[in-house]
Amino acid sequence: MTTKPLKLKELAKGEDRFAHGHRMCAGCGAPIVVKQVLMATDYPIIASNATGCLEVSSCIQQFTAWKIPWIHSAFENAAATISGVEAMYKSLVKQGKLEDKQVKFIAFGGDGGTYDIGFQSLSGAMERGHDMMYICYDNGAYMNTGIQRSSATPFGADTTTCPAGDVIPGKPQQRKDLTRIMAAHGIPYVAQASPAHWMDLMKKVQKAFEIKGPKFMNIISPCNRGWRSRTDDAIMLSRLAVDTCYWPLYEIENGVTKITYKPKEKKALIDFLKPQGRFKHMFAKENEWMLKQAQEQVDAQWERLLKEDSAVREEKPAEG
Amino acid sequence: MSKKFWETLPQGSVVLEAGSSAKFKTGGWRSMKPKWIEENCIQCLFCWMYCPDMSVKVTAEGKRAEFNYDYCKGCGICALECPGKKGNKAIVMEEEGK
Ligand SMILES: Cc1ncc(C[n+]2csc(CCOP(=O)(O)OP(=O)(O)O)c2C)c(N)n1
Ligand code: SF4
Ligand code: SF4
Repeated sequence: MTTKPLKLKELAKGEDRFAHGHRMCAGCGAPIVVKQVLMATDYPIIASNATGCLEVSSCIQQFTAWKIPWIHSAFENAAATISGVEAMYKSLVKQGKLEDKQVKFIAFGGDGGTYDIGFQSLSGAMERGHDMMYICYDNGAYMNTGIQRSSATPFGADTTTCPAGDVIPGKPQQRKDLTRIMAAHGIPYVAQASPAHWMDLMKKVQKAFEIKGPKFMNIISPCNRGWRSRTDDAIMLSRLAVDTCYWPLYEIENGVTKITYKPKEKKALIDFLKPQGRFKHMFAKENEWMLKQAQEQVDAQWERLLKEDSAVREEKPAEG
Repeated sequence: MSKKFWETLPQGSVVLEAGSSAKFKTGGWRSMKPKWIEENCIQCLFCWMYCPDMSVKVTAEGKRAEFNYDYCKGCGICALECPGKKGNKAIVMEEEGK
């Protein structure tokens, strides 16, 4: 199949594969992520979905927002579910019982369902080499059940299970770098994206669908309820996350790392933190060390990524 | 609402109608309402791309049309992202019902 051109005017003529009438909160980032992912391609898609905001709000009783075959089974097994669907599809095609329509398989999961509870099922599906894509919409906590911390929650964030107060100043730990962990599985394609950079996101989806085997994409997905921010800032914050290098846009294709977007001017991390109430306490005088530490973490990760970037590596003289 | 009994439900809780959420209108959630000022619109379609509720209509020619107030939840993302013409926004948020 030819990869469709990413021109807004052309895309806008197409039909949405994710319908209005879903019940995500006003201004949620997740439906934006989903619509962009599905819009990137004309391939038929079958998706599974881990329990979470996206799942509970997109299919309620007889009301579904999905215009593609979609399956929900549980919180911890979105990857296992779709890997089974993919295996069955392959088998039926092989037996001649089904015509191969080049169906693509996606599992969607929140960060709780991906970084934590669904992690072993994800890791297993990737290791088994299924021809599927896993997409994590990362809003940095278990939002659907009331903002509990996950291993994706950023350092210092206030959540209901690491509340900022007299005992602790928000989450004491750094977030887990799942994108790197997925790359360490040695799968052919891993990428990080942001809905503010819709073209970059869609290009990555398109690229992933042309690659056989397991793929993983981690996509930042602002949640104004959990981030304690405004309903209109999902795109603004997902852009600031990129411009501060908190959420770098990059891909790792067959082990080769490429930064797909470098901010012209790297913004200070506080530009991303300040509009979010979950980081409010970090701006108190006694917590200034936290802002410094959070900035250092981002700097260290960005420096490391820059060193790994293939564009940079190629310029260096060969060693030895 | 008529009562549904289990015998009438499809097996395995399958939903057979794709995109049936369109039967559930979310426009009533809105407390703020986006207003489109066409003369300031540069047809960039960012509002269409970023709307989480697929509530910016587009014509068959790919041109920006009115909002779909049946579903728009009034989040304001479209207004914030609208570049407008010469600094004049083509989308402004107004209090609903005014
Ligand atoms: C095994 C299991 N444990 C707990 C729950 C309750 N539960 C439902 S949704 C959810 C949170 C989902 O969080 P995440 O995956 O981060 O997605 P989000 O809601 O943030 O989009 C939890 C804990 C469940 N459904 N199943
Ligand atoms: S974002 Fe603004 S300028 Fe762009 S199409 Fe929408 S209304 Fe027009
Ligand atoms: S206010 Fe929000 S829901 Fe309404 S059209 Fe704008 S972006 Fe879409």
